[in-house]
Amino acid sequence: MTTEERMWTARLRNRATRALPPDQLLPDRQPAYVASWIYVFGVATLAALLVVLVSGGILALEGPQWYHGSPQGHFVNSLHLWSVELFFFTMVIHLWGKFFMAAWRGHRAMTWVTGAIAFLGSIGTAFTGYLVQSNFDSQWISTQAKDGLNSVGVGAWFNVLNYGQMLLFHVVLFPLVLGFLVIWHVLLVRRRGVVPPFADEAAAATPVPQAPQGEEVAS
Amino acid sequence: MSMTTRERRSAVLGVITLLTVVLAVVFGSPDKHAISLAEWARNAPNDFVTTAVAELDGSSGTATYGAPYVNDPTAGQKLGPLPLQRFGGVREPVDTAQDFVIGPLSTVTSDPALRSALARYQGASDDQRKAWTGAYADALGKAPDNDPAKVATGDYGPVPLLAGRLLDLARSGGLDGQLLSSGGFYQTDYAKPLLFIADGTYLEDQARAEHLGGDQWGMMNETGGYPGQAWLWLYTFWYQIPPFSSSDNADALVWALMMVLSLALVLLPFIPGLRSIPRATRVYRLIWREHYRTNR
Amino acid sequence: MDQPGTYLHWGVIQISVANLIVIGLMLLVFVLALVLPFPGRRR
Repeated sequence: MTTEERMWTARLRNRATRALPPDQLLPDRQPAYVASWIYVFGVATLAALLVVLVSGGILALEGPQWYHGSPQGHFVNSLHLWSVELFFFTMVIHLWGKFFMAAWRGHRAMTWVTGAIAFLGSIGTAFTGYLVQSNFDSQWISTQAKDGLNSVGVGAWFNVLNYGQMLLFHVVLFPLVLGFLVIWHVLLVRRRGVVPPFADEAAAATPVPQAPQGEEVAS
Repeated sequence: MSMTTRERRSAVLGVITLLTVVLAVVFGSPDKHAISLAEWARNAPNDFVTTAVAELDGSSGTATYGAPYVNDPTAGQKLGPLPLQRFGGVREPVDTAQDFVIGPLSTVTSDPALRSALARYQGASDDQRKAWTGAYADALGKAPDNDPAKVATGDYGPVPLLAGRLLDLARSGGLDGQLLSSGGFYQTDYAKPLLFIADGTYLEDQARAEHLGGDQWGMMNETGGYPGQAWLWLYTFWYQIPPFSSSDNADALVWALMMVLSLALVLLPFIPGLRSIPRATRVYRLIWREHYRTNR
Repeated sequence: MDQPGTYLHWGVIQISVANLIVIGLMLLVFVLALVLPFPGRRR
């Protein structure tokens, strides 16, 4: 064994390079069938997430009292809200698109699974965000949501009435988990590539009662 | 003109950022201020007193909640035969009479009438206390507007005075601090003031006026005219229909159902039937129409 | 948008106009993404 082979950094680098060659990790070309606006929504979701993280970072920098007390704080609060709305908007369209492409085909099931868990995790993260606004919404949502969490016995651990705990969930714990899922999801997309179209013959061999759009191109 | 992948990514980021800024500038964001106990006591004193007496009586929502606040083996939601709520244990114990009423009043030392009322209440037997609080709760319920000033005469012991003094304490803003600072100097747990305020109807009335009630699809709504958490549509939908809308175990049932549905979403690629929908609907022929046209 | 929201009712369904617009836009954008030609790929 050479010195280089013994070093964990070198081994990790070699493994990573084998799994994800640079041109696959950061591709500058996509297959020819990637020619639809629907493909934009994955990137759009990531872009919205970036705006969520940056606006959330500014809120964290100034602290909870700031986003109600000052017009600047309230504006950043607005940026954070609308970036979250756009995040879900684009993510749901991305999900619909991937569903109708059956994008889990060809050893891509894990890509779907990580994406779906990230979607559910985003709902939880957004939920804790509503709890830490420290306004009427937070009061009402926390006193309502406690019943759901308590009904299945987890309310003492996921304690929505504990502002401190929810703030830490929202700015540290959940983003960490979500960030990990998103990176895993994107790396899987890079590794496995974009799902190819259904084989044409198979599609033509499966007659469907209603005439779908695009029927005229079926061979 | 064709963009490279990198240029396209930058363009998308630019569009999303611009959209965020425009939406934030044009619409802003909702920020209905939080309700303090002081505001509640000032704006709805009758509701406050009624709630305080229920806390003392042990008949409030929190006092009869079960786990994780109160030890009551008969309380709590079940999933079929499974008392999931009770399985969690009483990990955030709350004694509504002591924590919400007696404790805060005990800190007021400059009021001789209050001191003797507290001494009389605490010196009485459990049965006597229950008789006083029960009778006063009933009388308040029958009084016009639940107004303590219009309650019929009866044997309520020191309870009316205790409730009245708690109202004074709350109006002054003192109760807000007291319910929060029960454990030490630094506090981040709002469980007690939130549970107390949620036992009244003032908070709920305001929420219902904003369409935030559970039976108003409230989970996906927002104060004012803002869009809310539209992505919760399915979760909040179940609460609107039987058997959930009329079940005492609605939360547990809906939770369980959503767990199953979420699992189905995650594991969709492995579920026969569901995973064949994309091929059957043939929406993909639209997405890849260029490909099918050129590779015919 | 700080004015009270407008709500629509159809039987069991209650929805705010704001949420309806968001959901409607999502469906519209989805359909447009499927239908509109993607630039720069046409051969």
